[in-house]
Amino acid sequence: MAVTIAKPTSATFAAGCAAGFGAFFGLFIGTASGSGPLGVIAGAVLMFVLSFLAVQTMRGQEKTAKWAFLVLFTVAGALFSGIPGAVLGLLFGYFFGHVTFWLASGRYRTALPPYLTPGQVLWHYAFRTIVGAILVFLITPILVVIPLSFNAENFFTFTPAMLHFDPAGYSLKHYRDFFTSSDWQGALWNSVRIAPVATILAVGFGTLAAIGLSQPHVPFRQWIMAILISPMIVPLIISAAGMYFFYSRIGLQGTYWGVVLAHAALGIPFVIITVTATLVGFDRSLVRAAANMGANPVTTFFKVQMPLILPGVISGALFAFITSFDEVVVVLFVGSAGQKTLPWQMFTGLREQISPTILAVATILVAISILLLTTVELLRRRSEKLRGMSPS
Amino acid sequence: MQLTKTLLAGTALALLAGGASAMDLTFVSWGGAYQNSQLKAYVEPYVKEHPDVSVTWDESSAEAVAKLRAMNEAGNITWDLVDVVAADAIRLCDEGLAMEYDPDELLAPAPDGTPASEDFGDMIVSDCFIPQIVYSTAVGYRTDMVPEGEDPPSSICDLFDLQKYPGKRALEKRPINNMEWALYCDGVAKDDIYDVLATDEGQERALKKLDTIKSDVVWWNAGADTPQLLADGEVFMGSTYNGRLYSVIEDQHQPVGMLWDMQVFDLDGWIIPAGLPEDRLKAVEDFLKFGTDTQRLADQAKYISYGPARKSSAPLVPENMKQHMPTDPENAKNTLLYNYEFWADYRDDIDAKFQAWLAK
Repeated sequence: MAVTIAKPTSATFAAGCAAGFGAFFGLFIGTASGSGPLGVIAGAVLMFVLSFLAVQTMRGQEKTAKWAFLVLFTVAGALFSGIPGAVLGLLFGYFFGHVTFWLASGRYRTALPPYLTPGQVLWHYAFRTIVGAILVFLITPILVVIPLSFNAENFFTFTPAMLHFDPAGYSLKHYRDFFTSSDWQGALWNSVRIAPVATILAVGFGTLAAIGLSQPHVPFRQWIMAILISPMIVPLIISAAGMYFFYSRIGLQGTYWGVVLAHAALGIPFVIITVTATLVGFDRSLVRAAANMGANPVTTFFKVQMPLILPGVISGALFAFITSFDEVVVVLFVGSAGQKTLPWQMFTGLREQISPTILAVATILVAISILLLTTVELLRRRSEKLRGMSPS
Repeated sequence: MQLTKTLLAGTALALLAGGASAMDLTFVSWGGAYQNSQLKAYVEPYVKEHPDVSVTWDESSAEAVAKLRAMNEAGNITWDLVDVVAADAIRLCDEGLAMEYDPDELLAPAPDGTPASEDFGDMIVSDCFIPQIVYSTAVGYRTDMVPEGEDPPSSICDLFDLQKYPGKRALEKRPINNMEWALYCDGVAKDDIYDVLATDEGQERALKKLDTIKSDVVWWNAGADTPQLLADGEVFMGSTYNGRLYSVIEDQHQPVGMLWDMQVFDLDGWIIPAGLPEDRLKAVEDFLKFGTDTQRLADQAKYISYGPARKSSAPLVPENMKQHMPTDPENAKNTLLYNYEFWADYRDDIDAKFQAWLAK
């Protein structure tokens, strides 16, 4: 839906903007091959000249010009550094061909109201670029791990064979290592034994606490709440050291239940916060209505209140589970070698021997997290739809 | 009737005794290839002979001192045998956190009858320290990054020669070894290094020498860092433990060479935490007698290129490993021994100066 009619712009304008992008990408390529500033200048000049020529000579034949960009960049990339260069060139060619004509034809204004000043238009796109950059910044470290975990070498390195998409550069040996090593399997088993139990405890106590604290007649509510939430605020290392000395005295240090209780204590604040938030929207007259019909408080809780606050309980449970599953500081203190969890194993593995098995484990964990979050989100939407809480 | 009763009591006793002797021990070590060599050479053979003993590993040697302090304070010793470097063993012994022992009583004599105290000799640097291996901190370099027309580095001072060997260096983020190398390459005679380093001017002089390469140094904390940096080609040369370099060269087939000049020898061994209950202490002592005998220490050298601490083990080291041992005469032409007394006295002071210098 075009709000504004596209007006072709001058070749200098399009070329100038393209030069900006050229400088940006030139920075990366330049830094990778030795000199950042040189890359910036070369990128800017190259893109200015190319875009200027393209717009001047081929304004009418946009399709042809875009193809020319694509082929030119791919060939240049291939000449520069083989297959990886060609792939990179293909992406650059597509991007610059598109951007140059998008700018030159003035299409960039069509989605925006006609009264915006050039400064506002610039900000509109700059804002989106910044947001995109932040997203890339956050997600890249996770994405980089995935191809590296298929490395055929025992280092965290993109080998030349990998960069040339040579099958010999890739292998599943780190995954094999994870599934066959007794250390890793023991750690996985410990995590799987600890996290669900800690989650059940955290959800049980956290939900009850949240319901209790939402009653207006409870004295010192703010104070009790603050104490219950404190494991989230107090630096983890302090909680861990405190738990270590306390559990040592009562004989829980180095036991399975010690770790479970410690993780439950860390998970409770998440449950309290999410359940309290859902309780705000809970109509208390429903409880009175149930009581009026002869239901006792337990029946009321399970039949009326629980189904309505379930989304909060589930997301709290999810956070509690992930807290326990990802936690390394407390388990290092409270656990002994017999309770070595996955994060513990990853921590020592990373310190003592930088082995890509850790990356394989990380990839598996990322996959599990995505699966888990997606499932819960789908379930939540479904239950909301069933109860008619969302309009769709 | 009487007989049945006696039999029953006997069975009950035997069961009780059997139940009591099943023992799960926690050994603390460094993880990785080193822990694996201990597992293969001492622990697996021992557990095979003593099926009632099982061993759990805890890879916490790096923070053993702090953890043993905390355990002592909490009155809850959960470790049974701890692998530490000699300097840590000395500290733990001084603080009363490690148990003193009598070498001739606890450890097996050499096959020819030489008592353990003589067989280990000077390696027993503390009354609590049960030596296992001699390792060294040496330098590795990328063979494919040696400048054209130059010979590969052969002297420790090539570390400081940016003209001849440009490129990044990986050095440990602590003064030990770096200060000694700096003074040596600044013209101090090997025998005078610690006399010079004991003075303020000497420390300044070492830091000044390090200043000349500071902008090209990547500082490492864990022994695994330098192998990774070398494999990446991020650095041209870097210091780390010789066993790590051995694995980079021989197991991972990376283009890396060894520079043994001025390697710094150090010792690694067991300590028994003070205050173990009687039954666990007995089990640990029984293991130690077996696990530190001549054959076991020699066996360990099959799996990692560290030299056995017993003199009587040296001839038993496999032939193909000898050339990789830091103690091999070919490699040990010019070496330094970690100076435990000096660093015990000056560590805090020089550490503070070094950290301040790093932050500059």
